[in-house]
Amino acid sequence: MWSILLSSNTQWVLASTIILGIAAGLVGSIAYWKKQSLMSDALAHASLPGVVISFLLIGEKNLLILILGAAGSALAGSLFIQWVQSSTRITEDTAMGMVLSIFYGLGIMLLTIANRTAGGNQSGLDSFIFGQAASMVRFDVFTMLGLACLVILVVCLGFKEWKLYLFDASFAKGTGLSLTFMNILYTAVLVTTIVIGIQAVGVILIAALLIIPAVSARYWTHSFRWMLVLAAVFGGASGGIGTFISALGSGWPTGPFIVVTAASFFTISLIFGKERGILVRYIQYKLHQKEVHVRKVNTHPEAKGAK
Amino acid sequence: MTYSAWIIITASLVGLSCGFIGVFLILRKMAMMADAISHTVLLGIVLAFLITEKLSGAPMLIGAIIAGLLTAFLVQWLHSLDIQLHASMGIVFTTLFAIGVILIATSVGNAHLDVQHALMGEITFIPWNTITLPLIGQIPQATALLGATLFVVLFFIVAFYKEWKITSFDPALAASLGIPVLLMHYLFMGLVSITTVASFDAVGAIMVVAMLITPAASAYLWTDRLSYMLILSGGFGVISAIAGYFIAAWIDTSISGSMAFASGLLFIVSFLCSPLHGLLSTYRRSRHRKLSSHTEKA
Repeated sequence: MWSILLSSNTQWVLASTIILGIAAGLVGSIAYWKKQSLMSDALAHASLPGVVISFLLIGEKNLLILILGAAGSALAGSLFIQWVQSSTRITEDTAMGMVLSIFYGLGIMLLTIANRTAGGNQSGLDSFIFGQAASMVRFDVFTMLGLACLVILVVCLGFKEWKLYLFDASFAKGTGLSLTFMNILYTAVLVTTIVIGIQAVGVILIAALLIIPAVSARYWTHSFRWMLVLAAVFGGASGGIGTFISALGSGWPTGPFIVVTAASFFTISLIFGKERGILVRYIQYKLHQKEVHVRKVNTHPEAKGAK
Repeated sequence: MTYSAWIIITASLVGLSCGFIGVFLILRKMAMMADAISHTVLLGIVLAFLITEKLSGAPMLIGAIIAGLLTAFLVQWLHSLDIQLHASMGIVFTTLFAIGVILIATSVGNAHLDVQHALMGEITFIPWNTITLPLIGQIPQATALLGATLFVVLFFIVAFYKEWKITSFDPALAASLGIPVLLMHYLFMGLVSITTVASFDAVGAIMVVAMLITPAASAYLWTDRLSYMLILSGGFGVISAIAGYFIAAWIDTSISGSMAFASGLLFIVSFLCSPLHGLLSTYRRSRHRKLSSHTEKA
């Protein structure tokens, strides 16, 4: 069981999913406060046609080019959502659902064609749907590591700006921070995180890696700084543990195991979390009840006698 | 009946029932809930399969309804614990879906259920799997299931038409009139689940979202009346389904993907050309207004 850890390919893959988890935790926290948790889901699905089109164009699986294609079609999806939502009475919710399913449908159409053409079957394009970290070659790992580190760097260096941008936009504007620039930067880091994640986690489940660690972190802290740190820890741990478990079986998809790991962290946080966890709430409620009871007894001595 | 006729009929039934349900999904602003349920239905089907060891109608339906209601309930519960609505949906459906995929990949695998099938649907195999019904004769199982679903959906829509209308547009008024809003909510979630699971064989987990949301969103741009919207949405659903079939036959690709794509094309046409809320007409109206205010000034 531990022998797979010794293979150097597995070590690299593990490293890349851990870094990916850290990046996803950080960006997911920003997306949470932008109230755009499901946007990541829509964009992830929308990236599928881009991946397949760039594969059909260059005829081989070069992760960097596929990522560019994915980013292109994810951005097209996000522009379409904004356009529909701003120019008609259709809500964001509906626009997201449409983009998600139609782009995905187009992706499946193209994927069927790509699989039919020579070499398509061996390209491992199918692994983009559920993620197959084991199928990554060294070059893919380096591409992923590089881009994920870039995302982490952008979030950490701009911590103060992100905080202003999220929580006090008008003050941020007053200090001379360009909101347009921050919006573009936000979309850029979100799309980058999604598209580097689809190789390892897959288009359907990458959203979970952005959403779940961020929400779990909220149960332990009220400070945005610590939320980022904890989300990164949860994300990284989910990425690492999930990849490790999926490497135990042959052909097991990586994405679902990473998600289930993240969900277990969430369940633990939900119950035992220091801030508003269910257990803490229950204890506070009981203490409060007792206190009220004691006060009642003290102010009404006859109540004691009646008992 | 011929092979392709059955496929077209099945696809049209998907378009019709999804089109009807979709109208209320959009009006209740729950489009993403359909996405969530369509994913978690997979877990219900897998569990039903693990328990009964076969892929048959009734247990699958029950499994799907339970999974759908469980999703709706968990999302509400997490939301009540102070988590944003979209975030709680994202947590619930990805987790349940991941569990479903893991079960398929590890224990059920290679049997009758595989992940590809669940995601893309296998409409091309539908005509081979037939059952014999009294009066009608031999028809494909999935088609019979979809026909029954359409009947149930139509029955509930017609029977509670006024209640759906009020709860969708003004839940507060509905509650004050004594309409059981919460019960209607879960009844609706149940209807979404059975529509999803009946369409599952034909179009798979994700394309069903396209069939649920897109025709209704297109219809929403054409009319302001609920009854017209229902008819238009059902019609758009059927058109997308049939157009999708022919696109797929033409370039030889996935039928369900093409159906989703065709519904998207229909939406773009509505988005641009609808006389009521389309881009062109809004543009023309705003120009007209500008011109007339101009002449008034002059």
